[in-house]
Amino acid sequence: MTYKYFPHTDEDVRSMLDKCGLKSLDDLYQDIPDELVLHRDYDLPEAMSEIEVRNLFNELGNYNEKLNCMIGAGCYDHYSPSVINAILSRSEFLTSYTPYQAEISQGTLQYIFEYQSMMAALTGMEVSNASMYDGCTATAEAMMMAIANAKKKNKVLISDTLNPIVTRVVETYAKFHGIVVEHIAAVDGVTSREDFEKKIAVGDVAGVIVAAPNFYGIVEDYTGWADLCHDNKALFIMNCNASALGVIKTPGEWGADVAVGDGQSLGIPMNFGGPYVGYLCTSKKLIRKMPGRIVGATKDMDGKRTFVLTLQAREQHIRREKATSNICSNQSLMALYVTIYLSLMGKQGLKDVNALSYSNAHYLAEQIAKLDKFELAYPEKPFLHEFAVKYHGDIDYLQEAMLEAGIQFGLKLDNETLLLCATETLTKDMIDDAIMICQGIQDFNDAAID
Amino acid sequence: MNNVYYGKLIFELSKEGRCGYSLPTNELEQYSLNDMPANLMRGEAPAMPEVDELTVVRHYTNMSNNNFGVDTGFYPLGSCTMKYNPKINEEMCNHYAFTGLHPLQNENTVQGALEVYYNLQSSLAEISGLSEFTLNPFAGAHGELTGLMVMKSYHLDRNDSKRTKVIIPDSAHGTNPASAAVCGFDVVVVKSRPDGTVDVEDLRPLLDDTIAGMMMTNPNTLGIFEHNIAEIAKLVHEAGGLMYYDGANLNPMLGKCRPGDLGFDIMHINLHKTFSTPHGGGGPGSGPVGVRAGLEKFLPNPRVVADEENMSFKIECNDESLGSVSGFLGNFGVIMRAYAYILTLGKENLRMVGPLATLNANYIKECLKDCYELPIEGVCKHEFVFDGLKDKSTEVTTLDVAKRLLDYGFHAPTIYFPLLFHQALMIEPTENESKETLDGFIEVMRTIAKEAKETPELVKTAPHNTPVRRLDDTLAALHPVVTYAELSAEQQ
Repeated sequence: MTYKYFPHTDEDVRSMLDKCGLKSLDDLYQDIPDELVLHRDYDLPEAMSEIEVRNLFNELGNYNEKLNCMIGAGCYDHYSPSVINAILSRSEFLTSYTPYQAEISQGTLQYIFEYQSMMAALTGMEVSNASMYDGCTATAEAMMMAIANAKKKNKVLISDTLNPIVTRVVETYAKFHGIVVEHIAAVDGVTSREDFEKKIAVGDVAGVIVAAPNFYGIVEDYTGWADLCHDNKALFIMNCNASALGVIKTPGEWGADVAVGDGQSLGIPMNFGGPYVGYLCTSKKLIRKMPGRIVGATKDMDGKRTFVLTLQAREQHIRREKATSNICSNQSLMALYVTIYLSLMGKQGLKDVNALSYSNAHYLAEQIAKLDKFELAYPEKPFLHEFAVKYHGDIDYLQEAMLEAGIQFGLKLDNETLLLCATETLTKDMIDDAIMICQGIQDFNDAAID
Repeated sequence: MNNVYYGKLIFELSKEGRCGYSLPTNELEQYSLNDMPANLMRGEAPAMPEVDELTVVRHYTNMSNNNFGVDTGFYPLGSCTMKYNPKINEEMCNHYAFTGLHPLQNENTVQGALEVYYNLQSSLAEISGLSEFTLNPFAGAHGELTGLMVMKSYHLDRNDSKRTKVIIPDSAHGTNPASAAVCGFDVVVVKSRPDGTVDVEDLRPLLDDTIAGMMMTNPNTLGIFEHNIAEIAKLVHEAGGLMYYDGANLNPMLGKCRPGDLGFDIMHINLHKTFSTPHGGGGPGSGPVGVRAGLEKFLPNPRVVADEENMSFKIECNDESLGSVSGFLGNFGVIMRAYAYILTLGKENLRMVGPLATLNANYIKECLKDCYELPIEGVCKHEFVFDGLKDKSTEVTTLDVAKRLLDYGFHAPTIYFPLLFHQALMIEPTENESKETLDGFIEVMRTIAKEAKETPELVKTAPHNTPVRRLDDTLAALHPVVTYAELSAEQQ
C-alpha cells in the first residue's frame, strides 16, 4: 500500500492497529451496522498520474475559448499584477485556516486589518468586515442587517437598476427569511425618484438598496436619498462597483449606512464566476449589527501591537440561532488578493485604471453610435465603462458573428438591447476591429434584406 | 514559520509618489474622466498606500512568515479537516484556459469548464449516494442555508406551510441553528445521551407535523458514529420531515458509508475539508449541496446539465427552483481543485481516506488517554474530544495546553467545542499524517501534561516561542479599532 498522499506503510498500520487493540482497518468501523456500510468501490475512474491529470485539463481547456471581453454585467476583465498570484501561492497564507490561534496567525490577521482599512477608505465608510462570499450574498446580508436594525419592519425597497443577478439572490434570501421586497421603478435607465419618495413615505420600509454605477453603467445622482431614508427610519444601502469607487462619489459621501458589493473588479481574474470577494462596510454605530468576521488591533502580553478576531459575540459559534448571520468564515485569500492589488495600485493606479476604461468605453460608444443601426440606449446619462446600446437588427446574429472573431460582444438584455463594457485590457485596435465587424454585419444584413 | 514578529502595516511603508503597477499609455485621452459631472465624483482620492513593487513583495512575504499553515506543520484542528492541499490542484485551478473565462460568455465557448462542473457534480452524487448536486454554494454554512431552502421548498411545494421547525442536536456546530434561523425556521434542540449520540427517546415527542426536518452530522461533533441513524431517519420520515446531513464530518465516511444510504435526503459537502481544497486563511471554500431523487427541481439556479442530444453541457434555470444563492456557478476555482483531487486519488485511493484518517485519530486517542480525560470510550471516527488534562489539580486549562503546543511547533486542536464538555480539546489528524508526525505530537502532549504538574506557570503563560505572546481580547472588544485610520488617530 503506497500512495503519494498516504505515508502509512503496512508495518505502520499494523503497529497502530495493535495500539488500538484492533486487527484490521475494517474493525475501525465495527460500530456501524453492516447494512449501512458500502461494500463496493465507488463507480469512479481509477487514479490518474500527474501527467494524465495535466493532459486531461489541457484537453478540457481546449473546449474553452478565451475571448476578447466586451461584457461586464457584474464581472469585469481588469488587469491583474503578477505579484498577486506569487504571494497568494505562499502556502503560509494558502494552507492556513481561520486565525483562531492569533499568536501564529498574525500574517492573516494583519492583512485582514489592512483589507478592512482599504475597503473603508474606498467606500468612504467607517468600518468594514473581514469580507464575505461575493457581492450578491453581501447585498443579501446588508438587507438582513437592515431588517434586524429596524426590528418591527419587514420590507425593503430595491431599485430596478440594481444588477438583476444580484436582485435574484437578494430576493431568494428575502423569500426564506420572510422579508417583503418591493421594487423602485427604473425610468430612462435610472431609479425613479418619484416612485422612491412615494414608497418610502409609507413608513414601513427597513432598507433601500440602490446601485452605483447601476446595471446599465450609469452613475446616478442620489442627492437627498440618504436623508429621506433616515427620515423614514430606513437604512440606505449602496451596492457599488469596487473599482469605480476609486473615482465616483462614495457611499460615505452620499450618506449611506451600508456599502456592499463585489471586489472582483479589483483585479481578481474572472475565473468563470468565482472565487470573488464580497465587501460590506458600515458606520461605527452599526458595527455590532454587522455580519461576518472583524479583526481589531490590540496588544499582546509584552505590549506589542497585534491583531485579533474581535466582536465575536455577534457570531454564530457563540450566538447560535440569534447570531447576526450564519456566515462563519470570510473569503480570506481573496481579501488578500484585493489588499495586494490596492497596495500596488495605490492612489494613482485606481484612478488610471478608471481613466483608461473610461476612454475605451467612451470611444467604443461614440464609434458604435455612428453606425446606422446602432444607438445609445441612454445617450444623456453619464457612465464610466459600461453602457447599453440599441441595435435595430438581429442581435443573436451579431453576437454569433462577433464570437467567430473571438469577441464576447456584450450581454443581450432583450431583442434590441446589448450591455457593452470596455476596460483597460482592451486596446484601440481591438475596439476598431469590433466596430469594423459591426459595420460589416449591419451592411450584410441590409444587403440580405434588399 | 519565523518566530520574529514582523508587525508592520503597508500604510506605514507608504511614501508619496511611489507606485507598484504599470499600465498602457492612454491612446484615447480625449475621452476624459474630467468630463463626468463633478457632483457624481469623489472629493479626494482614497487613502491607499503608495509603495513600489519590491516593497509590496517583501511586506507580504514577511507577513506570511508569521503564519502557520498545513505546509508548515501538523494542524490537528478538530472539525476542520486540515488535510494536505496537493500542489497539482493549485496548478490546475490556475490553468489559463479556465481563469480567463467570463461567467456570462457564450455557452459553446465554455464547454470545458462546464464539463469539469458537471463531472464533479456526478462524482459527488456517487460518493454521497444521492441523486444530484449543485456546486453553487460558496461555503459550508452557505450550503447549509441552501439545503434548508430545499427543505422548505419541498414542504411548500406540497402546500404544507405549518412545518416551521428544524430539530438540531445539542452537540451541533453553531452554524446549524444560525443557518436555520436565516432560512426562517425555528430551532428545536434534541439532547445527547452520555455516549454523545442523539437521545432517540428525547427525539420521539418532538416529532409532529410542525417539523420540517432534522439536521445531523454523522459521525457527530464528538467523532462518534450515530449508530441509531437508521431509526432516527425512519422516525423523522414517518413524521413527514426530511433528514439533512451536515457534511462537515464526511472525511471518515469516504470509502465506507454514504449519507444517502444512511437515510439522508439533503446534504452539503465542504470541498475545503473532504476534498482537499486549501482553507486560505478562512476562504474561499465551497459547499456543494446534494439531494435525493425527487428533490432535484428545487436546487438553486443556474444549473449545469448535460445535453445528451448534442453531446454537450448547458446552463439552465427552472421556475420550480428555490431561487439563486450565487450570481454565477459558485467558486469555480475551488471546484477545479476538488475535481483534480478526485481524479488524482481515483476510486482505489478514495476508499482509503476514511479508514486511514480514522486510524490516525484512534491511535492518538489510545496513546494519550492516560494523561488526558477521555469522556467517551470506544472507537472514534476521524476525530475525538478530550475533556482537558486528566489531572485537574494543576488548574492548567485547555487554553493553556493549546497555547503551549504552539511553542512546540504544532497548531492547536479545536478548543472549547463541542460545548458538551467544559475543557473540550478536539483533535483531528487527517489521513495524510505519518506515524512519525503523530508520535512527535503525542510526545509533546505528554510533555505538556508533565509540565502542567511540575512547572504549571510555564504552561499558563505560554506561548513563549511565537512571534507574539497571548493577546488582549478584552481590549480589542471593548475598544474596537478596526481600521488604520482609527489606529493612526489613536497613536497621535
